[in-house]
Amino acid sequence: MISRSINALAVLMGAGLIFAALACSGCSRSSANSITLAGSTAFQPFAEKLAEHYSQLHPEVRINVQGGGSAVGIQSALSGAAQIGMADLLDLPPEAKALDSTVVARDGIAIVVNPENPVRSITAQQAKEVFSGKIANWKELGGADTLIRVVSREEGSGTRRSFDTLVLGAERLSPKALFQDSNGTVRETVAADPNAIGYVSIGLVNEKVKAMTYDGIAPTHENVKSKKYPLARPIFFLTKGEPSVASKEFINYVISGEAQRNLEKEGLIAR
Amino acid sequence: MDRLISKLLFFAACSSTAILALIALFIFKEGVPIMIKSGLGHFIFGTVWQPLEGRFGIFPFIVGSIWVTIGALVLGVPFGVACAVFLAEFAPRSWVNFLKPAIELLAGIPSVVYGFMGVVWLAPLIRNYLGGPGLSILAASCVLAIMILPTIVGVSIDAIQAVPKTYKEGSLALGATQWQSTWRIILPAAKSGILAGVILGMGRAVGETMAVIMIAGNATQIPHSILDSVRTLTANIAMEMGFAVGEHRQALFATGVVLFFFIMILNSIALRFAKKKF
Repeated sequence: MISRSINALAVLMGAGLIFAALACSGCSRSSANSITLAGSTAFQPFAEKLAEHYSQLHPEVRINVQGGGSAVGIQSALSGAAQIGMADLLDLPPEAKALDSTVVARDGIAIVVNPENPVRSITAQQAKEVFSGKIANWKELGGADTLIRVVSREEGSGTRRSFDTLVLGAERLSPKALFQDSNGTVRETVAADPNAIGYVSIGLVNEKVKAMTYDGIAPTHENVKSKKYPLARPIFFLTKGEPSVASKEFINYVISGEAQRNLEKEGLIAR
Repeated sequence: MDRLISKLLFFAACSSTAILALIALFIFKEGVPIMIKSGLGHFIFGTVWQPLEGRFGIFPFIVGSIWVTIGALVLGVPFGVACAVFLAEFAPRSWVNFLKPAIELLAGIPSVVYGFMGVVWLAPLIRNYLGGPGLSILAASCVLAIMILPTIVGVSIDAIQAVPKTYKEGSLALGATQWQSTWRIILPAAKSGILAGVILGMGRAVGETMAVIMIAGNATQIPHSILDSVRTLTANIAMEMGFAVGEHRQALFATGVVLFFFIMILNSIALRFAKKKF
C-alpha cells in the first residue's frame, strides 16, 4: 500500500519535473527568435497581418501580437513583457520618455454610427456636446426622436486619449457612456445598435458602420493625408534600450517601403 | 515512511492556506493605503470614477455587482431548485442519467462563450423588445443565471437526496400526495443545503468577469433601471488593470479588497448553512 503511494508520488513529481522542463525549453527558445508586440488595439489587426507576412519571409522568427490598449503597450515595453509596445497617441506620456519610439504609420479616427441612422454629418461642436452628454437625442442632430447611446473606449486606450484631446477638449466624457475595451468591439457595438455613436480607427471602418463627416470633411485617406481631416494621430512602436536583433529587423521591415505600401492598401496612412 | 507522507500532506495543506494568506496580504498591502488616503467613505460611497483625475468612487460598481447578482439569483434560483426537485424526486431514472450530466456540462462551457452568446443573441433581443442599450443588467443577469445553474442544481440535488427516506415514506403513509410531501416535508428539510447552493452560486455570480465585461456595457454610472448598463467590481479591475499605474493601480487593488470582503462574507454564510444539520 505504502510502496504504491510512493510510486504515485514519484510519478507525480516526475510529471512535475517534465512539465517544468518543457516550460523552460519553451522559454529559452522563445527568447532568441520571438518577438512580442502588445498595445494599441487600433493597430493590432495590422500588426497581425504584418507579422504573418514577415513570418513567411523569415520562418525562424515567431511574432506574438497582443492587444490591451496603448497604455498596456507602454507598460509592457517598460516592464519588458513585450519587446515592442504599440501606442496610438497624439503625444507620448512622460512615462514613455525612457523608451525609444518609431512612428510606423498615421491613422485617423472616424466617428461612426449605425448604417440605419439617417444622420450622416456632425460638426466639431456637436461632436463635443454629444460625447459629453449635452446633446442626448438624435432629434437635435436631425435624426429620429431617440436617445443617443455613446460608446467609448476605456481610459487606457490611445484612441480614447487622442479623441478626448481632439474632440472633447476641456469637456468630460458623458457618465452614461458605454465602455468597450477594443476598437473592434466598439465597431461591433455600433454595428448592432441603431442609436449608438462611437469612434474607431479609420483603418477599421467597414460596411457594418457608417463613418460621419466631421465639420463637413469625410474621414478618407486623402483628407487625413492632406491634414484636412483633423482627427488623426501617429502610431508608435516603442522599445526599451537597445532592441534585440530580431525586433530591430522587424521594425525595419515595418517601416520599409513594401510594408508601408501594404499598410496603405489596408487602410492606414504611411508614416 | 508514514511520517514522511503525512509531513508531505501537511505541507500541501499548509501551502494552499499560505497562498490564500499571501494573496490577501498582497491585495491589502497594495489597496488599503489608497482607501485610507481618499477616505474609506469617499472610496466606497463616492459616485465618480475618474481614475486619471484621481477621483476614485466605486459605489456605482458595488451597486452594479449587487444588481447583477440579485438579477441572476431571481432568475436562476427558482429555475435551478425546480430542476433539482424534478431530478431528485420526480424524474425517471433514465431521464436523470441524461439530464444531470447535461446540466453539469453547462459548468464546463467557458465564460467567454456565454458572453459571446449574450452579445450576439440576448442584447439585441432586449434592445429591440424592451429598449435601452441591450448591454444591461438584465442581459448580464440572464447569462449569469444560466452560468450558476449547475452549482445550484448540483448542490440542491445532494441536499434533497440527503433527506432521510423515512421522512418521505412517513409523509406518504399518512396520505400526503407526492407533491405535498415534496413541498411540505422534503424542501423544508433540505432548506439549509439548498441555501448553501444558492450562496455558492451567488459567489460565482459576483466573481464572474469575462462574460459580464462583454454583456453589461461597463458604464460608470449608477443604474436607474434593469435596462441600464453597469460595470461590476470585477469588470472594473479586469478592464483597467492593464494600463493602471500609481494610485489608479492601487485603487484597483482596493476594489479587490472590497470584492474580497464581499465574497468572504458570502462564503462564511454559505459555510454556516452547510454545517447546519436539518
